[in-house]
Amino acid sequence: MRDPLGQKIKEIKPSGIRKFFDLVTEMNDPEVISLGVGEPDFDTPWHIREEGIYSLEKGRTFYTSNSGLQELREAICRYTERNFGLSYDPNKETLITVGGSEAIDIALRAMVDPGDEVLIPQPSYVSYEPCAILADAVPVIIELKEENDFSLTGRELEEAITDKTKILVLPFPNNPTGSILKEKELREIAEIVEKYDLYVISDEIYAALTYSEEGHISIASMPGMKERTVVINGFSKAFAMTGWRLGYAQGPEVIIDQMRKIHQYAIMCAPTTSQYAAVEAMNNGEKDVETMREAYDQRRRFLLDSFEKMGLRCFEPLGAFYVFPCVKDLGLTSDKFAEELLKEQKLAVVPGTAFGDSGEGFIRVSYAYSLEELEEAMRRMTKFVEARLKNG
Amino acid sequence: MKEKILSIIEKNSRLGVSDIAVLLGEEEEAVKRAIEEMERDHVICGYHTIVNWGALDNNTKVSALIEVKVTPQRGIGFDKIAERIYNYPEVDDVYLMSGGFDLCVMIEGESLQDVALFVSDKLSTLDYVISTATHFMLKKYKDHGTILNPVKDRERIPIQP
Repeated sequence: MRDPLGQKIKEIKPSGIRKFFDLVTEMNDPEVISLGVGEPDFDTPWHIREEGIYSLEKGRTFYTSNSGLQELREAICRYTERNFGLSYDPNKETLITVGGSEAIDIALRAMVDPGDEVLIPQPSYVSYEPCAILADAVPVIIELKEENDFSLTGRELEEAITDKTKILVLPFPNNPTGSILKEKELREIAEIVEKYDLYVISDEIYAALTYSEEGHISIASMPGMKERTVVINGFSKAFAMTGWRLGYAQGPEVIIDQMRKIHQYAIMCAPTTSQYAAVEAMNNGEKDVETMREAYDQRRRFLLDSFEKMGLRCFEPLGAFYVFPCVKDLGLTSDKFAEELLKEQKLAVVPGTAFGDSGEGFIRVSYAYSLEELEEAMRRMTKFVEARLKNG
Repeated sequence: MKEKILSIIEKNSRLGVSDIAVLLGEEEEAVKRAIEEMERDHVICGYHTIVNWGALDNNTKVSALIEVKVTPQRGIGFDKIAERIYNYPEVDDVYLMSGGFDLCVMIEGESLQDVALFVSDKLSTLDYVISTATHFMLKKYKDHGTILNPVKDRERIPIQP
């Protein structure tokens, strides 16, 4: 019998996180505390859920237009203008997608030819590399460094560029490091992007969750960048709506047009119920976001303080809901640390290597948990770390 | 900073000054001072525990909400009457209300008779009280923003990218 599979998919490695996930589920131990999630612990605010329920009661169970509900696209454009100073046309430059994930996939597919190089800074979210490969592009990894607070420097970027480079993926605020890009760094990156005639796919799904005075700045707001950037955002993280599967992409009309084409053939439209709920989120949900952001910020400070007390080095992350402490001083690899921590203290964290080789020596700790849970988790972590620091 | 401190301890008054300082990224001394100031100014009026008495075995405590209509007194309005009512130790809360009645009185007693006696003997006999309507509480679902018996049926995948 012939091989039913295509060569391309077989060459893509399974997600590094999978192995660890299996380890945790195999243990099947109710005592295990996991700080391994990438989604808010909050329920979707009730007024947003209620709007979803209401839309079902009204029988709004039809397809929407391919681009998504007009009302939602308009609300999104007002939201991104208000919060990030990004002004997009709701009809020509905005597309509602099934989560930010779909937007990443179709943006890449819309923009690359076989052999084009796509620059992917790592550690970062797991889907950029496989999506680039599926689009027949060549992923080129830029290894971000702890000494730069895991931000992308102009020098690192310029060194990775070849005459085949077409796209830079910009994953900030970053999962797993919590790193953000400041205005100065963005300016530098923007200049290089323009100089080498590149395009940017900016994954800004955590834009609403930053913890510095300046807040989030989008690369698209830099001079000359709007026409070179597809901005990806969504409802999952900011509004605690992961299960609703709803995101959006904003960018130049020529790119959005082609993305819509793929979306139309592959997806048709994003879920209608979610879209109606999302209109409520855009129009009346920002107070909730601020409440959640404030809670995350407190937990972030609590974790940083805990890691400092136990003697684990950790740079201050200013975005998303992760801290990324360094475990190199314990003489353990990320994998080993996570495995032993799980077995000894029944505490699960994600090895940094799940997000790229440059994550070696780090672990991702999510603070999308209640303070009580985090307190217990840090007690366990302290026991684990102290025992090893003493021996070492 | 005061408002942030309040929103933290309103939910969990057991947190110490140093814990609050860490959460807010403030100096311990500054947090301590702010709390002392608010205690002095009666912004913080006390520290309570949310108790779900109903969850105790053999619990017979009953709570009631009493609507009270009164004749306000010249010159001092409702305050003097409210004072006469809130000074009874069995009274938990007293609010002046707009609408169909004047004072809302919350009371907790050891038994139904307890509450009934209070209303008939003490409350109704006050000079300025015109009428009362007593509503007994059957079940408490949520108190001070805390759901007393939360239903947790969501399954969160423990490890996600």
